[in-house]
Amino acid sequence: MSAIVIDDLTLGYEGHPAVHHLNGSFARGSLTAVMGPNGSGKSTLLKGIMGALKPLGGKVVLDGFGQRDIAYLPQIAEIDRSFPAVVADLLALGFWKRRGAFSAIRGVDHREMEAALARVGLSGFERRTIDTLSGGQLQRALFARVLVQDAPVILLDEPFAAIDERTVADLTDLITHWHGEGRTVIAVLHDAELVQASFPQTLLLAREPIAWGATATALTADNLRRARQMVEAWDDQAPWHDHDSDHSHGHHHHPAGSGGAH
Amino acid sequence: MNLYDLFLAPFMQFGFMTRALAGAVILSLSAGPVGVFLMLRRMSLTGDAMAHAILPGAAAGFLVSGLAILPMTLGGFAAGLVVAVLSGLVSRFTIQREDNSLAAFYLISLALGVMLVSLKGSNVDLMHVLFGTVLALNNDALIMIGAIVTVSLVALALLWRPLVAECLDPTFLRSVSGAGQPVHLLFLALVVINLVGGFQALGTLLAVGLMMLPAAAARFWVRSLEAMCALAIAISVVSSYLGLLVSYHLSVASGPAIILVAGAIYVLSMLFGSRGLVSSNLRPRRHRVA
Repeated sequence: MSAIVIDDLTLGYEGHPAVHHLNGSFARGSLTAVMGPNGSGKSTLLKGIMGALKPLGGKVVLDGFGQRDIAYLPQIAEIDRSFPAVVADLLALGFWKRRGAFSAIRGVDHREMEAALARVGLSGFERRTIDTLSGGQLQRALFARVLVQDAPVILLDEPFAAIDERTVADLTDLITHWHGEGRTVIAVLHDAELVQASFPQTLLLAREPIAWGATATALTADNLRRARQMVEAWDDQAPWHDHDSDHSHGHHHHPAGSGGAH
Repeated sequence: MNLYDLFLAPFMQFGFMTRALAGAVILSLSAGPVGVFLMLRRMSLTGDAMAHAILPGAAAGFLVSGLAILPMTLGGFAAGLVVAVLSGLVSRFTIQREDNSLAAFYLISLALGVMLVSLKGSNVDLMHVLFGTVLALNNDALIMIGAIVTVSLVALALLWRPLVAECLDPTFLRSVSGAGQPVHLLFLALVVINLVGGFQALGTLLAVGLMMLPAAAARFWVRSLEAMCALAIAISVVSSYLGLLVSYHLSVASGPAIILVAGAIYVLSMLFGSRGLVSSNLRPRRHRVA
């Protein structure tokens, strides 16, 4: 049974597609890695699923849950680490769905936060300001917030960028645990070995979908090479997309000097 | 001259000094926290631009009914909101970034405002509008400032968590709530009403000073958001008091005196604050074992 159905989805910025005509579905309770080179539309896809980006075409169908039931873990770079917040402030945002924008965080919530921090190995960090955390500690705190959200669907945007091995191992255990609890988890990742070891499903994306299915069949050397060959730069000369006509994408050649990666 | 004459007498003996102090102190209560959020959202210059943007509205009010409070305040509020929304729209629907479009709008506003005032008023009127007349605050102005501050504080209390989320982790906020954009606009409206409240006392150009300088100074002393807001209010109050005192004893313009005191506190904080230049460079190179 599908939890998320992607129907001919095109997402992008200023008319340029970053995800192009994607079709497929994420099964309920599945654990999927989204892989692909930089600029291949992985993060864009997650933003499309959680509804932060309106599709240029097609749609995302959520079956049996709403957009507010998604726990989203942003890239670390999107967090303003100079903001004078403590770890507890960051975690408290995870109660948004339950407590809303206005009502107070209660005692039981605080106990839940403590438990979540203990689970990610950050016991006693509640009052630490976030500018004193290392990258790995901040990532652990973000995972604790996902725990607090207690959501049926979890989207992780590059959770392991610039994180040491020990942290990756701990947090991968947590992801596997979520999978065991029957939650649907989608994670943007770069490490093929890690994906082969721990993620049953893989979507290989290079703006166009290259492969989507069981990791063993999707993540072949041949597919990875095809993904790397994708055109990275936007093509300002690309013809506008006509929804009625048949067309083939990814073959527009750049004029000399436009800097496309061929 | 004894201490009473030096520090208290001006405010006891002269009604205009008492009202000036009351106005500036009340305004500090909301200008401080609003300034802290402006700074943390990296919108300090936006605040500056908004301060210019209220000028043509205030000038239009002045054209209609002279140096009266209500028309100028309403005009300034309307003009500030229009510029805030327009610059947001321009950056959303064109290639221009918000800071560029704000700069464009505030230059237009400033020129328009000065021209409008000069249509009817004298250079003295222009100086009043640009740099304020804190010593001429009447009871109507005080009530206006009180109302603005009350509304601001209630709004800040309600918007606190969405505002924090929008600064700290905007993408996450978008995943749990559609509040981001409305909160941004409401916050801009708060900035505008506080500037309008301040412009009676400090003028359109200096009103933003009581917002930004205390907030920037507070950041050199404390780490937590709550402490920053509280300290910004305290610095703002102290600046108002000392500024008025200086202005009285030295017979200098009151608005600039208040802002200069705030500026002096900022410079001292930058140098000697617990997170300032001197202490972070002279801190002994000892460290804890863990």
